[in-house]
Amino acid sequence: MLGLYLHRDSVIHRLGAGVKMGGLLAATLAVLALPGALGALAAGLLGLGLLVAAKLPVGRVLRELRAPVVMLTLLFGCQALLAGTGWAETLAAVARFAALILLATLMTLTTKVADMVDLFERLFSALRPLGVNPAKMALMLALTIRFIPLLAEQVREVRMAQQARGVERNIAALFVPLLVKILRLADDLTAALDARGYDPTDDGRHT
Amino acid sequence: MLSTRDLVLSALFAALVAGLGMAPPIPLGFLPVPITAQSLGVMLAGALLGAKRGGLALLLFVLLVAAGLPLLAGGRGGVGVLMGPSGGFVLAFPVGAFVTGLLAERFATGANPIRLFAVCAVGGILAVYAGGIPWLSVVAGMPLEKAALAVMAFIPGDFIKAGIAAFAAAAVRRAGVLPTAHA
Repeated sequence: MLGLYLHRDSVIHRLGAGVKMGGLLAATLAVLALPGALGALAAGLLGLGLLVAAKLPVGRVLRELRAPVVMLTLLFGCQALLAGTGWAETLAAVARFAALILLATLMTLTTKVADMVDLFERLFSALRPLGVNPAKMALMLALTIRFIPLLAEQVREVRMAQQARGVERNIAALFVPLLVKILRLADDLTAALDARGYDPTDDGRHT
Repeated sequence: MLSTRDLVLSALFAALVAGLGMAPPIPLGFLPVPITAQSLGVMLAGALLGAKRGGLALLLFVLLVAAGLPLLAGGRGGVGVLMGPSGGFVLAFPVGAFVTGLLAERFATGANPIRLFAVCAVGGILAVYAGGIPWLSVVAGMPLEKAALAVMAFIPGDFIKAGIAAFAAAAVRRAGVLPTAHA
């Protein structure tokens, strides 16, 4: 499956998705509780340590951080100019979020999409008392993953057809046929699922 | 209870929002910046599928982004993006679709584009910004009103999207291919 996952043979990669997600949550709360510079330093060092431990290309991972850092620097920079916040504080605030985004990026790069989806399914099971049906959520996630290339293709097809007619700047000409196609597709797919004996009343419990 | 058709429709619209993010941005001619269609998908899912199925569609989309699929416009994805300055907007997508759907079910059941436009504007713009602005304010440590000011530049583009969504939803409803809720 196409994802942002970057395979390496490392301890970090082998950790369970749940452990990593829990760790990220704990680290985020800890950094937000600590004063700005200290939290940024701790999370930054942790992030760099994990980055090396995960054997990921350091330059490439840090490049992922460029866009959010530029945006945060602009935001905080404007604020420092307007509200007269000190430069040291501004720097600490940017560093703090850059460090957190680094940790989250590491989680994404070292965890397979399939493992994350498994984690979500376990979480849905825990939500069963609230009326969540884990079997249905799992099926829908799987269907969505399957439909993404299909829909990307449909979007491209309709755009090409409209271009051939010279109406590519007419947005309604793009969306109306696309939506009609999707709704028709839904009929076929529903019939296909029903024909294969899918039972929507099955709550996923194996009794 | 979700029927088989509900599951399929939610999954298809989740995939549509992803597909819209992968398509090259659409040039509008009179706007200098081409629009990315992802938030349009929020409005369309709500307006055409209703609150439950539309909200579910966008929830699936956000879960897959969090799982590390590069589904956001520009090929971004992962928990890091959701935690970043603009993450609140993406996290508010399901709420936006839900609110759009809820309002559409009550006030815009026909093919009236004006009503649909109002519904898309409230759900797809107001509800999404109501999630995005406080998030930006917390992440960027700026006061709420300054965060709101910072994103004002995106409002005109979003109103155009609400207009497009309203016209497309009205045309689809007139075409009579829309499944009724809980069929």
